[in-house]
Amino acid sequence: MSPKILAIENLCVHFHLPEGISRAVDGVSFDLAAGETLGLVGESGCGKTVTSLSILGLVPSPPGRIEAGRIRFEERDLLGLDAERLRRIRGRDIAMIFQEPMTSLNPVLPIGRQVAEPLMIHKALSRSDALAEAAAWLDHVKIPAARKRLGDYPHQLSGGMRQRVMIAMAMVCRPKLLIADEPTTALDVTIQAQILSLMLALKSELNMSVLLITHDLGVVAQMASRVVVMYAGQIVEEGGVTDIFDRSFHPYTRGLLKSMPRLGNRRDDQTRRLHEIPGSVHSLTKAVIGCKFADRCPHAFDTCKQQQPELFQIRDDQRARCWLKQYPDRRKQGA
Amino acid sequence: MPEAPLLKVSKLVKEFPLGGGLFTKPQARIRAVDGVSFTLSRGETFGLVGESGCGKTTLGRLILRLIEPGGGDVEFNGQNILSLGTKEMQVLRRRMQMIFQDPYSSLDPRMKVDAIITEPLRAVQHLPKIQRQKVAAGLVEKVGLRAADLDKYPHEFSGGQRQRISIARALCVRPELIVADEPVSALDVSIQAQVINLMEDLKKEFNLSYIFISHDLSVVEHISDRIAVMYLGTIVELAPAESFNNSPRHPYTAALLRAVPMPDPHCKTEPFPITGDVPSPIDPPSGCAFHPRCSHALKRCRAERPSLVEAAPQHFVACWLNEGKGLWVSKDIV
Repeated sequence: MSPKILAIENLCVHFHLPEGISRAVDGVSFDLAAGETLGLVGESGCGKTVTSLSILGLVPSPPGRIEAGRIRFEERDLLGLDAERLRRIRGRDIAMIFQEPMTSLNPVLPIGRQVAEPLMIHKALSRSDALAEAAAWLDHVKIPAARKRLGDYPHQLSGGMRQRVMIAMAMVCRPKLLIADEPTTALDVTIQAQILSLMLALKSELNMSVLLITHDLGVVAQMASRVVVMYAGQIVEEGGVTDIFDRSFHPYTRGLLKSMPRLGNRRDDQTRRLHEIPGSVHSLTKAVIGCKFADRCPHAFDTCKQQQPELFQIRDDQRARCWLKQYPDRRKQGA
Repeated sequence: MPEAPLLKVSKLVKEFPLGGGLFTKPQARIRAVDGVSFTLSRGETFGLVGESGCGKTTLGRLILRLIEPGGGDVEFNGQNILSLGTKEMQVLRRRMQMIFQDPYSSLDPRMKVDAIITEPLRAVQHLPKIQRQKVAAGLVEKVGLRAADLDKYPHEFSGGQRQRISIARALCVRPELIVADEPVSALDVSIQAQVINLMEDLKKEFNLSYIFISHDLSVVEHISDRIAVMYLGTIVELAPAESFNNSPRHPYTAALLRAVPMPDPHCKTEPFPITGDVPSPIDPPSGCAFHPRCSHALKRCRAERPSLVEAAPQHFVACWLNEGKGLWVSKDIV
């Protein structure tokens, strides 16, 4: 088995808001092996972005605060590092791509400068060397006429091109870990397909690990080898990508997979109704005693409402936070 | 003899000026919608897909005459709506309504839900308050909210609930046609399914027709009876939803379908064949607008623009391949 590059243990991130304490991340643990792509999926507000921001020490504080947990990156505890040490890791060993390339690029700096910046800071290259390397990377991410474009500003580029610039910027220092937070959500499908295949190629070229955060189960199925499903700040299920898509255990994972319309299913689907998960996620400021999914779960019984389930082992590499593991006969058929 | 269509759109054109101000001429004109024609039958759901900037939203607005077209005709129930005056248009608007994409910006944050829902009604008809409240109470229940919600403000609701409010508002005047512009794109998967099912239920109950605009092919395939694919302001393919996924005829449709990542780890998408971005509509390519990105492009594609022709029963395509019939068999050969 490959060595672990990242290990998150019992991470708790709370936001102190006027309406109460919001438990955005509530005891999350997972690890990432070298060269692995881990998909972190869940719906808006489930804590997937906050988890990723914690790794780089980017949780806005206040109101956010990391209350507990450890984040080990290559044997160093990132949460214990001072700002200066963390800065040396950020952008060099761990790089990040954000969802919206327009707001995460600096609008008043030419793209060449922005791509070259990490090289000047982390590798102490001269400006001209860094710009030459930046041009090579822009070319590598297939920006046409890259050398001529070094002086372009972000507003002169299309969304897909901006995301390519973001990727080049993340790659210049050859990071060991790439955190990609909804990297293709803002893009059209044909551009998304191009960006995803670019990411796959770069990943195998640099042999990096990727933490891919997305709500799109299609993207996860195509990109990830392991999947972590989050709900209301907690991991509800984790496993290999085929475990999750073929043999998921948790009612939430199953519900999610069933509720998405699939291309080509129209013919077989006589009823023409999508599966619904009733209700919506409860507020994170509300303290829940039992399972957080119980009020939306078709199988919920008394234990679910009284006691929080732990992550039970389902298979070798698959775990689910659900009482059905202990009480299998409570699973309702057909639900 | 088939029933007359509810809506008939012919050769609709809309240009937007680019740049220019009060005293300066525009530098260029963008053809956002470039000669679009189709019909919509009563009770049908017509899906409109395409990537950003293809003109699908503009087309939706033109149909409701929220913006004035530069050319072409829109007939609603046999009546040309473009020749109507403001007063007549206002009466007609009862029969056609819109649902917008963003449930956050399309509801007035300072209005309570009952006022939001009945606002279209107040615009067309004077009703005593008690009656309006009765209408609102009936509608919130229809869309799956509670009567107590009428007294709340939009910020107290989640995205899915807000979209339910938008739907109730559109239903308020009992329209025949609803243009829904990306109604579920801002919602999470589990909530998206709820809203789609709700729209299907309401369609049956109120005998509605939908124009469903979305960039999400799986959603459009699920909900629509017929699907039109737009590229740079024109419809390049129009087909029944059943044959859409299995036998796309336009290379662009085939590429779009292939680009969708399948939620199945066993069926890995092959490397994507189409390169480059959508060209700028300011300076569209000659001939077929898709030819610079098309792997099948012929000489003719560069020179002449194909028009939409019936390549198979009910299946229209605008492509020069195979004597204007587009791709033959399936998306596998792209």
